[in-house]
Amino acid sequence: MRHVISAIVENKSGVLSHIAGLFSSRGFNIDSLTVGRTENPALSRMTIVVAGDDAILEQVRKQLGKVIDVIKVSDFAGKDIVQREQALIKVGCNNENRQQVVALVEVFEGKVVDISPGDMMVELSGPEAKVDAFVEMMRPYGIREMVRTGLVAMARGG
Amino acid sequence: MATKGAQILVDSLINEGVEHIFGYPGGSVLPLFDVLYDAPVKFYLTRHEQGAAHAADGYARSSGRVGVCIATSGPGATNLTTGIATANMDSVPMVAITGQVKTNLIGNDAFQEADVTGITRPITKHNYLVKDIRDLARVIKEAFHIASTGRPGPVVVDVPVDITTSELEGEPDRTMHLPGYKPVTEGHSRQIKSAAAAINESLRPVLYVGGGVITAGAHEEVRKLAEAANVPVTMTLMGLGAFPGDHRLSLGMLGMHGTAAANYAVTESDLIIAVGARFDDRVTGRVDSFAPSAKVIHIDIDPTSISKNVRAHIPVVGDAKSILTEMLPLVTHSAREAWHTQIEDWKRKHPLNYNGNGGRIKPQSVIQQLCKMAPQDAIIATEVGQNQMWTALWYTFRRPRTLISSGGLGTMGFGFPAALGAQVAWPDRCVVDIAGDGSIQMNIQELGTAVQYKLPVKIVILNNGCLGMVRQWQELFYKHRYSQTILCATPDFVKLADAYGATGYRITDPGEVGDALQKTLRTPGPVILDVHVEQEENVFPMVPAGQAINRMIGGMA
Repeated sequence: MRHVISAIVENKSGVLSHIAGLFSSRGFNIDSLTVGRTENPALSRMTIVVAGDDAILEQVRKQLGKVIDVIKVSDFAGKDIVQREQALIKVGCNNENRQQVVALVEVFEGKVVDISPGDMMVELSGPEAKVDAFVEMMRPYGIREMVRTGLVAMARGG
Repeated sequence: MATKGAQILVDSLINEGVEHIFGYPGGSVLPLFDVLYDAPVKFYLTRHEQGAAHAADGYARSSGRVGVCIATSGPGATNLTTGIATANMDSVPMVAITGQVKTNLIGNDAFQEADVTGITRPITKHNYLVKDIRDLARVIKEAFHIASTGRPGPVVVDVPVDITTSELEGEPDRTMHLPGYKPVTEGHSRQIKSAAAAINESLRPVLYVGGGVITAGAHEEVRKLAEAANVPVTMTLMGLGAFPGDHRLSLGMLGMHGTAAANYAVTESDLIIAVGARFDDRVTGRVDSFAPSAKVIHIDIDPTSISKNVRAHIPVVGDAKSILTEMLPLVTHSAREAWHTQIEDWKRKHPLNYNGNGGRIKPQSVIQQLCKMAPQDAIIATEVGQNQMWTALWYTFRRPRTLISSGGLGTMGFGFPAALGAQVAWPDRCVVDIAGDGSIQMNIQELGTAVQYKLPVKIVILNNGCLGMVRQWQELFYKHRYSQTILCATPDFVKLADAYGATGYRITDPGEVGDALQKTLRTPGPVILDVHVEQEENVFPMVPAGQAINRMIGGMA
């Protein structure tokens, strides 16, 4: 099962490599990992999507909590959360099918950010599943390049 | 007033109560060694940085204090890493200070540069690269705090040379800032009550005691619990000494080379009370056959140890001493006659044994006799392999911190430098390193350290002319194909001792063992006793790797 884990960490050099090293040395599989600034400049927030059974997830949470520079670990499994991922996708298109692609971008509430005679670049944000679905829709047109940010998430309410 | 970084660093060490440091100088620690030259600490120059790390480790294990070692950047630091990893696996409090190239050269492939925080990340409890002189005093304070609290472990502080040469105006700030470090010490009361109830209800309980009991200083509480609840006790290698080996409730060590009574008792048990132990694979053997019908109470200060290998039904996170103290009044005495009769029966039917016949010296007999002769408070270090397992089985440890052995990492070459560290911590106690002819050659250069500082460690080499434990596996599981395990060109250890200015003796006859051990223990200064023993002697009982621990082979009467 996939879990979304959020870790508040000290904003110091070496913390990211420490966490990445921890995952590889313990054999945990990361689906995605994002790290960014928070409301407090001294802290960063890592959002880690990890797959594994309950025993593995328990180890992941505990091992993260053991890292001195990690201040708080939350597992969002079963929690009401807002989750977002952003993607930039360069998709092939021509005069004939450009309007079809633009229509799909509109359905998914994406945005065309660059356009040239043979392709266009689309920006899309939303829950992972929505990004996945859009990517599937774009495949027939030929995805030239794609980058996804990985998931960020936050629990709803106070 | 301005203070140099090197001075701040040494002042910070003294501030932490450091009296003894092990290490080796080099280019990037020159400013530090200049301050150490007239600092009120005793410095022990080892002959190799690995020796310094193991000595700091042995110092810490034998005394409970934080061991300190210092090495230069690059190769100095990488030579420490085996010692750091050894300390990490066995939860030993250590602070290792490494020099680093100048801040502006970091990442430049400078002379003697290595990414020490990168290299030591997986083998430390925490590490630091000090990039600002204003952080230095605080980092040292935090390093000692982290190393010695919670589940102890090694902390590396990597200090670029320009940090030690630059100056700081005013008093350095030592205020710790560790918002993410809050080790749990008090156990959860409800869990403690459930654990006590489970003990009171159990018919076939076993206390399974690890090194955490020694670290927590909870050996008295374990004894009281065992006696109050009338529960037999088995120990891991790291737990030897946490409970008196000659106590009527002692089962001895469990696991791959455990006693039959311990392994049978665990397998038949209905309740395992694990205290400061981590269900290592050398203890459990095949996990799904380990204590198959038992409920598990797991008391440990490290939440990651709980339910990692074996699921705990009643986990209690916290300090063993405080948890057991709270639990003691809640347990009741129960006769459990059938269980104790069964255990006595196993002990009687399957005692430890070896064939004492034949013309060669039996290594087990050397350890048995040493155990009778050495003072009660003697500290016994071991190397790794057969020498270690024979010591664990045949030496009766009665007090905590009297066995110094690399359990988790299994580091050959650990015992001798660790023994030196123990001797520094306890100058008046008898310290013996039980070695093999393979292991001792891994850090034999520390004879120079022993002689220079007059550290009277006695080395008993169980010399079988081979890498005995590996040879044993090859004999049993690889059709006697002794690939690279027969040692040739081994030096004459008596001459070697003499060359270093120590004393050396050699014996080959079983009749000489007693006298030679007496002579060794009585001779002042460091001594090597080279005991030529039976080459093909094996450590039994033995559970083949990955098997259930009640499937022992060999040595079963």
